[in-house]
Amino acid sequence: MDKTLNHKAWFLVLPVIVLVAFSAVIPLMTVVNYSVQDTFGNNQFFWVGLEWFEEMLHSERMWDALGRQLLFSAIILTIQIPLGIFVALNMPKSGFWSSFCLVMMSLPLLIPWNVVGTIWQIFGRVDIGLLGYTLDALGISYNYTQDIFAAWVTIIVMDVWHWTSLVALLAFAGLKSIPDAYYQAAKIDQASRWAIFRYIELPKMMGVLMIAILLRFMDSFMIYTEPFVVTGGGPGNATTLLSIDLVKMALGQFDLGPAAAFSIMYYLVILIISWVFYTVMTNLEKKEG
Amino acid sequence: MEWMAWTWPTAIFFIIIASTLTVFTVLAIKFPEAPRMGVLRIETTRGDRLFITLLGSAFINLAWLGVIGANQPFALIVCLLYAAAVFRWV
Amino acid sequence: MSDATTNAMPGSLTASSPKKRLKVKGSVIVMTLYLLFLLLPIYWLLTMSLKTNTEILNEFTLWPHDFTLANYATILTDPSWYTGYINSIIYVTMNTAISLAVALPAAYAFSRYRFMGDNHLFFWLLTNRMAPPAVFALPFFQLYSSVGLFDTHIAVALAHCLFNVPLAVWILEGFMRGVPKEIDETAYIDGYSFGRFFVKIFTPLIASGIGVAAFFCFMFSWVELLLSRTLTTVDAKPISAIMTRTQGAAGIDWGVLAAAGVLTIVPGALVIYFVRNYIAKGFALGRV
Repeated sequence: MDKTLNHKAWFLVLPVIVLVAFSAVIPLMTVVNYSVQDTFGNNQFFWVGLEWFEEMLHSERMWDALGRQLLFSAIILTIQIPLGIFVALNMPKSGFWSSFCLVMMSLPLLIPWNVVGTIWQIFGRVDIGLLGYTLDALGISYNYTQDIFAAWVTIIVMDVWHWTSLVALLAFAGLKSIPDAYYQAAKIDQASRWAIFRYIELPKMMGVLMIAILLRFMDSFMIYTEPFVVTGGGPGNATTLLSIDLVKMALGQFDLGPAAAFSIMYYLVILIISWVFYTVMTNLEKKEG
Repeated sequence: MEWMAWTWPTAIFFIIIASTLTVFTVLAIKFPEAPRMGVLRIETTRGDRLFITLLGSAFINLAWLGVIGANQPFALIVCLLYAAAVFRWV
Repeated sequence: MSDATTNAMPGSLTASSPKKRLKVKGSVIVMTLYLLFLLLPIYWLLTMSLKTNTEILNEFTLWPHDFTLANYATILTDPSWYTGYINSIIYVTMNTAISLAVALPAAYAFSRYRFMGDNHLFFWLLTNRMAPPAVFALPFFQLYSSVGLFDTHIAVALAHCLFNVPLAVWILEGFMRGVPKEIDETAYIDGYSFGRFFVKIFTPLIASGIGVAAFFCFMFSWVELLLSRTLTTVDAKPISAIMTRTQGAAGIDWGVLAAAGVLTIVPGALVIYFVRNYIAKGFALGRV
């Protein structure tokens, strides 16, 4: 749609700006202020310059958390994106069963995140959970509170359970926008199922898939609630992802300076990803008109 | 305001950012421009290039601090070169 | 995203009939397995909430043999539980109302007009949707303590605006773009003022969009744990914080915890039922 040039539209946006400035800009400025100072409590601050940044950049703890975070995001992307596409390809295309699948698949997306954690915390327990009990009965040792590998498997399966449907629903929307003519042409060419997927469906889904990948990456990058409820970051620090570590530092130990420096770097990374996301999205919208 | 723990350096930092934004807004009003396509294959305006510059500079400073860890002001020279490159080619 | 037509059916176009039957069967199996995977954990939570604690801990049963509603009764009669729901509902409602009230005019401006810095403003709003709450937890705590709003519902409601306002603007903008601009112009020619036009004509046209936006604001505020837990201690403590607190205790009352979980799912499930026809559209916009 053509938009009219009208600078008075600023007045319509003003309430949002005031509100978001209050809840985003002021806190961010505070974080910057804290990041260059040390405190003994009671609002007694003194200047330390870039010391906290230097400390955090050389802190093994932060790099370890970042490493775990990247590993987590990479694993869930490699599982969720192909699985989501696969599910979308197998979904009924119309009729009652299509909406049935849509509603059922939306269900995990809309469960409160801490309840997602609770569900899997219970489900995976060896004594009372269906999953843990079954695995135990099959003779597989599985204890997510003690065993690092089991803890990782649990939070990954949980995230797959929670979010694969989002990828599937986005891919499904992309598939439905492919006109019939494409399939008819493929049929005339006697294209194989794989060729149809590779040369018709995949290119047509590229746009939504890009959005799905970026959304999943970003949300997994700042995941907090679900793993916190299930493992609390343990055993040891094995599942302490970036957000969990940051909250431990900021609110658990109340280390304002280091936590603030950590926050700023975390935020800068998120800012870059958001920018890529926004640029990709607006360019897609331009292309599709 | 006391809880925000203002210091002069951070205040100056935010004043510089705010005035840069103001300057670019005034520029955009006084001299409107068409977006152009740069090496990143995306359309950018002056405002976009400013954003890329600022964000990139933050990372340049962090990298300098992490790798070299001394003479931080020299990182700003790298940032200036980077800014010139962004405004010229992006 | 272009229009999602329902007649694109690759399945119906595959060549020979035996091949087709086999393919359909395959996809049914895949979908059944996938839905089973999605529903089993939820089923498990539901059965646990209907069991007594003795049954949960002492015997392993696939469905409640000793059916009981006592767990639900505990939650609905014990103030330390049900006040959590009341607190949550209060701040979530406040947040949804505030978010929609400020987002509606802004989304209209973004969908109809070009103005100085509109793209950058939109991007800036989005970054707040993407920002990790963990970054904001500490400054929010300081901010609301210093203005004396700590442990109040409005503090949590305002804090959740951080990500809900951008989300509402984003969703509403998508829906408003679908309304032809001629409608606005005709109304102005007919002598409607902006306010009257917006309330009387425009709002009903995007009612479904407002519904979807309200739903997602409600949901994200309802599911958020970190900020609401950080900003409250007693008076405004939300249900999610109460649920995580019980997990710290030595003897966990699993039945009650499961019942609390089921009860927090209910609003979401209800709303899905009401907006089921818009879900596909909401996801197709990619704006969730």
